[in-house]
Amino acid sequence: MEPAAIPLFRMEGVSKRYGGVKALEKADLTVEAGKIHAILGENGAGKSTLIKVMSGVVEPNEGRMLLDGREVKFAAPAAANQAGIVCIFQELSLIPDLSVADNISISNPPKRFGLIDRRAQRRIAEEALAKAGAEDLHPLTPVKDLPLSRRQMVEIAKALARNPRVLILDEATSALTAADVAKVFAVLKRLRAEGLALLYISHRMHEIAELADQCTVFRNGRNVASYRAGEKSDNEVVELMIGREYSHVFPAKPPLAPSDRPPMLEVRNLSWSDRLKDISLGVRAGEVVGLGGLDGQGQRELLLALFGVLRGVSGEILVDGAPASVSSPSAAKARKIGMALIPEDRKTEGLMLPMSVGVNLSFAALDRISSRGVIDRARERQLIDEMIELLAIRTDGVDIPVGSLSGGNQQKVVIAKWLMVKPRIILLNDPTRGIDVGTKAEIYQLLRKLAATGAAIVFYSTDYDELIGCCDRVLVLYDGAVKRVLVGDEITERALISSALNISTPGEGADMASAMSA
Amino acid sequence: MSDWRYRLSEHRGTLLALAFFILMFAIYASNHPAGFTANVVQTAANKGALLALVAMAQTFVVLTAGIDLSVGMVFVLTNCLASWIVVGSPAMAGLGVVGVLLTGLLCGAINGAIVIYGRLQPIVTTIATGAVYFGIALALRPVPGGDVNSDLADAFTGRVLGVIPASLVALAAVVVVIWLPYRRSVIGRAAYAVGSSELAAYMSGVPVQAAKFFAYVMSGLIASMGGLFLTFITASGEASAANGGSYTLFSIAAVVLGGVSLFGGSGSAIGAIFGALMFRTIGDLMFVFDFDPLWQPLFQGVVLLAAVCLGSVRLFQIRNRLDLFE
Repeated sequence: MEPAAIPLFRMEGVSKRYGGVKALEKADLTVEAGKIHAILGENGAGKSTLIKVMSGVVEPNEGRMLLDGREVKFAAPAAANQAGIVCIFQELSLIPDLSVADNISISNPPKRFGLIDRRAQRRIAEEALAKAGAEDLHPLTPVKDLPLSRRQMVEIAKALARNPRVLILDEATSALTAADVAKVFAVLKRLRAEGLALLYISHRMHEIAELADQCTVFRNGRNVASYRAGEKSDNEVVELMIGREYSHVFPAKPPLAPSDRPPMLEVRNLSWSDRLKDISLGVRAGEVVGLGGLDGQGQRELLLALFGVLRGVSGEILVDGAPASVSSPSAAKARKIGMALIPEDRKTEGLMLPMSVGVNLSFAALDRISSRGVIDRARERQLIDEMIELLAIRTDGVDIPVGSLSGGNQQKVVIAKWLMVKPRIILLNDPTRGIDVGTKAEIYQLLRKLAATGAAIVFYSTDYDELIGCCDRVLVLYDGAVKRVLVGDEITERALISSALNISTPGEGADMASAMSA
Repeated sequence: MSDWRYRLSEHRGTLLALAFFILMFAIYASNHPAGFTANVVQTAANKGALLALVAMAQTFVVLTAGIDLSVGMVFVLTNCLASWIVVGSPAMAGLGVVGVLLTGLLCGAINGAIVIYGRLQPIVTTIATGAVYFGIALALRPVPGGDVNSDLADAFTGRVLGVIPASLVALAAVVVVIWLPYRRSVIGRAAYAVGSSELAAYMSGVPVQAAKFFAYVMSGLIASMGGLFLTFITASGEASAANGGSYTLFSIAAVVLGGVSLFGGSGSAIGAIFGALMFRTIGDLMFVFDFDPLWQPLFQGVVLLAAVCLGSVRLFQIRNRLDLFE
């Protein structure tokens, strides 16, 4: 051991309880300058609370924090920022109506004669954007006019403008495009060289492998292991995270459905604006069809178009061989089409957080459990209990607010809510984003089970492993068009990535050409 | 896109309100029996300035995504108070003015304290405090009456350089001295931030509570300027519930017409001023076109609805229905 220099930041025996729930339990953490320190753990392992304590959003019940060896206490985020601890939160902290420049210097704007100096503010914004590798953004754009991935870049620039000593990134890349991820990584590596301490929270193992110097695994509110990057294999790490053996994450795939079976959902020449270009696909009962490609290539729009959310869609949608007019989500949901869309953002599109688990579960299916406008309470209760059991939703009863469940369980509620309408066609929009490994595995099992009972499933995921492990076929989208269709054993990481980037690798040029002409 | 396009789109609501006001006022003045004379403009300006001040007061609170339903009552209360204390020698009257403005400030501070530190809903809080303020006004002036220092009144309701209405100069002064610095101050920025996304503002270390409190205080202060001005015009005080109520509602209408979002976070007090002037001109238009005054509220209502529809034109262009809910 080298002689112990005083670490930049230390946390000793910190606990945080919410009511009776222990979110953090005597957690220790040491963060050194000039290092990227990855924090791993399932949802509910205490990572978010750890960050909230460090950045002054919540105060711990016990334990202490040391910055440069001196004890610090933060009453508010502003105090932590002042001390040099800046967090880029997963839930964005940007103000939609203000411009990029306003947002970047929101907490400490430059002043002249007591008023905000707009010119100086603009200069600060330009510098910060350049530091973050987002110099293409105009500082005067209102944040609400930017897409999610660009907002995330503003968020990063905003954090850098505060000259942090400890920078915390909480799933900072989950909304970014691949090009932006590369830029952000370059920035993070530069910051590390400049002597910052970076705390990097991510579910993406390959990101951690690329960036981290040191890793700490959290489970049930405690730090269970700390090791130098590369010392443990992915499987060992996952076992540490879930606390049990990692096996059988993906269920076995059944043999491919015979190709002469007619599709349950068929799409012909679907186009919308310049975002979807002449897309055709067919999904048979019992099949799981994946949508792949880089984030933002039209996958989300395709699902929304199928579910009747977009206006001005051209092309044909057929269900059971008959043309279906899907003019709105309620038409899509109706019994003769029987479609369900599990949305991407469960907090805004999937759930009413303050309302109870039970109300949320039965909301989409109300028309099936009521007659002449009156809800059949007994039937409702019975279906709710069935769903809670089917998905193994961990909740203290059906009457507690759904917002008090963990992220993974919230997502199960979203899925259960749609299963209650007994859909035949299930569309999923990246349903496992930000969810722990254990819940992910349960969702994969469920998808197979649903397919086996005759549902047609369209599954969009940003995670290649999921597409490989779950899907019978994968359509790779690029710039709004289907670039390639991978079937069965063709679904490999290499094939997915090369077609997602729209490059042909040696030996694959031929079948790509055939897929294009087909 | 170049800088000026961003600036233009930032001020679009204000500019639209200005354009509509000019259009309406031109129609009004050209059809007025006396034509576009200094007198016509002066009368219109005095009436317009009253609502403009109350609307400006409302803007401060609406920008933080709150609402102040007591502005009209603060307006009436300070009118009654001014009719007692803004009298006598210039020095006494001057002290009286200070007293009136401090009263407005205090009313606003009470609203702010209850909403922020008592954590009550702005709507309920300001309905309740508004009733209290009106009660005090009634105690001050059980029957209409009182007086005001006439030199001061003439100075504020007359004309500058023979043509420009003094009320507009005073209004412009309030904008220059209070609004413009506020807009560029840290607390003003914080008010916009809070109105746009309170959570994000808090997470960014913005002084959320101070910004909201200050907005209510400013609302009370500016509403009391309106009350003072009403006293200059009428030279008396009157605890009129009808006046208080209608000024409160008209202030909200003016704010909407002026392009201020009721959801908070966007718009400008300057827009609200033009919204107020526009709203007043609608009433005057009815007069010059000889409509029965009975139709006036109905017509004003229709214009308000039309303005709101205009503001939602973008909804018709939306191609993704989820955007409707943003």
